[in-house]
Amino acid sequence: MSTRGFSLAALPVARVPGVAIVLVVLCAGFGVTSPGFATPANIANILTQSTILLLLALPMTVIIMTEGLDLSIGAVLTFASIVLAVTVIATGSPTLAFLAALGVGLCFGLGNGVLIAVFDIPPFITTLGTLGIAQGLSLLVTDGQSVVGIPRSIEQIYSGTAAGIPFPIIIAALAYFITHALLYHTRFGTYVFALGGNREALRVAGISVRGMLIRVYVFGGLMAGFAALLMTARLNSAHPTAGIGMEFDAIAAVAVGGTSFERGNGWLLGTLLGVIAVGVLRNGLNLLAVPSSVQVACIGALVIVALFIDGMRAER
Amino acid sequence: MNTAARTDVRSRFTLSRDVMQAFYRLLGVVLLCAILATLSDVFLTTNNILNVLRQSALLFLMASGLTLVILTAGLDLSIGANVALSACLAASVIKITGSPLLGMATGIGCGAVIGLANGILVTALRIPSFIATYGMMWMLTGVTYYYMAGETIHGFPPEFRQLGSGYLLGVPMPVYVMVLFLLIGGLFAQRTVWGQQIYAIGANPVTARLSGVPVERRLVLVYAVSGAMAGLASLIILARINSAQGDIGEDLTLPAIAAVLVGGTSLFGGSGTVAGTLIGALILTLVLNGMNLLQINSSWQPLVTGVIVLLAVWIDTRARRIGE
Repeated sequence: MSTRGFSLAALPVARVPGVAIVLVVLCAGFGVTSPGFATPANIANILTQSTILLLLALPMTVIIMTEGLDLSIGAVLTFASIVLAVTVIATGSPTLAFLAALGVGLCFGLGNGVLIAVFDIPPFITTLGTLGIAQGLSLLVTDGQSVVGIPRSIEQIYSGTAAGIPFPIIIAALAYFITHALLYHTRFGTYVFALGGNREALRVAGISVRGMLIRVYVFGGLMAGFAALLMTARLNSAHPTAGIGMEFDAIAAVAVGGTSFERGNGWLLGTLLGVIAVGVLRNGLNLLAVPSSVQVACIGALVIVALFIDGMRAER
Repeated sequence: MNTAARTDVRSRFTLSRDVMQAFYRLLGVVLLCAILATLSDVFLTTNNILNVLRQSALLFLMASGLTLVILTAGLDLSIGANVALSACLAASVIKITGSPLLGMATGIGCGAVIGLANGILVTALRIPSFIATYGMMWMLTGVTYYYMAGETIHGFPPEFRQLGSGYLLGVPMPVYVMVLFLLIGGLFAQRTVWGQQIYAIGANPVTARLSGVPVERRLVLVYAVSGAMAGLASLIILARINSAQGDIGEDLTLPAIAAVLVGGTSLFGGSGTVAGTLIGALILTLVLNGMNLLQINSSWQPLVTGVIVLLAVWIDTRARRIGE
């Protein structure tokens, strides 16, 4: 809006997506500093470990595009994972357990959506409240303890392969293509872009803005249910603090990926690259034996830098 | 002249509405007390009442700075993590230098610097406040855990501990600090130009800017105050529990937000009072204290706080819609 002289967007370097630069810099940096980084095994490791984050970051992109936010997604993931573990131990049926996890995701997504769309409560405070609820439920069900004794059939969902490709990668790839199709090839996707950019136009066109918003948050809840399956399989247990902070990694991936927080501009491929960038950062810092507390601080700094650049680009 | 008369009527009207709202909230406090007194024999003991006052003093200190932030239609999600880092740094300084005064300066200074950083992120870098302070929260948590490396610092000089666990004329020290900051905060918000500018920014930042309010500078001030108050609260916690750990303030952010909202400050900015936040802090503390007395599993606390936040914002949203 303002017309100041300096324009970041006019610089040639600004044409290259920021996330690509971040990824190249991170890879080059870690490639030089730690010998174990650029090995095929480690790269496969990074990709497999990034799958859970991708399942959260995909709906987070869609949600942020509607000028929303979901702070509860990590806590919902945790609670869904606990419900999954408890159900599979009680009934012995992985299918039933998976459906229960999806049910948890659906309930929280629906709750978030209704509170935001029908009751008009701002997204960040709605999902902060439901974060507290999901966290409280997780503690109540488990009494603060880990849930262990999960059958091998669940564990294999994370460790198994098909045609040499790990299952998590296949699931994540499917999730990516489905989200991509939803966003770019359906009416739903068009409306999502309009929700962030021009809500009034949707209203004038007679589209139910409330219904669309609810669907967007339900999508987030369901994806958290899917992610719960992968996380439980990966940890071979469920723990009431396992997913705390995952929402922050997801927000970081979306922000680094170039999706704007204020104008409904989203870029799904950017989110994919952002997820990999966060995965590379965590993995590289791990290899350098940097404590996880410092890793969290680094991701916090990454988000702020990404938002700063986004703000600079938007303004001019 | 006609306009002046109309404004006058309206300001009298809003005043009476504020008074009525405060009255309803106080009624809520009395009702909560009555219920708790019926359900638990321990509630009306002097010890427990002093305990409730001490707890609400702590919550109020954090929530009072946050009130100013929310008045500008912003949010500070970093106060809990701020408390943790400020407490740990202050504890280190007290241990190393042996001087409580230096430690206190460190705690408040650390809090204020963090708040200042939030203010710069929100104004100069134009990052939405909830996301900037959320990023700050994780950075601070990371730094604190790294700094403490799982250690605990404990055992502080008795004169410092007075601040949290001492009494004066039978009343806990934190209560005096609470009353002091209630007066300062109330006077600042209602009776100074800067305070009124903060309301103006929350009500409509564009109008405020056009009327010559230095919006950026006031915003930075508000976040710095919120941070400094978190630093002050960290000292009181430190003095009370006599030890510092990395996870010290983790569970305090949501209750502080709940206290502000229950106290009648609108999440959308421009309306609310510091005194209201005191009542909010009292209600929150009574609920949490009551749950303790009734021996309800503490895992219920985040859940109940979350529900209270949602209810408070919902009521606020409805009231605004009716107001329009």
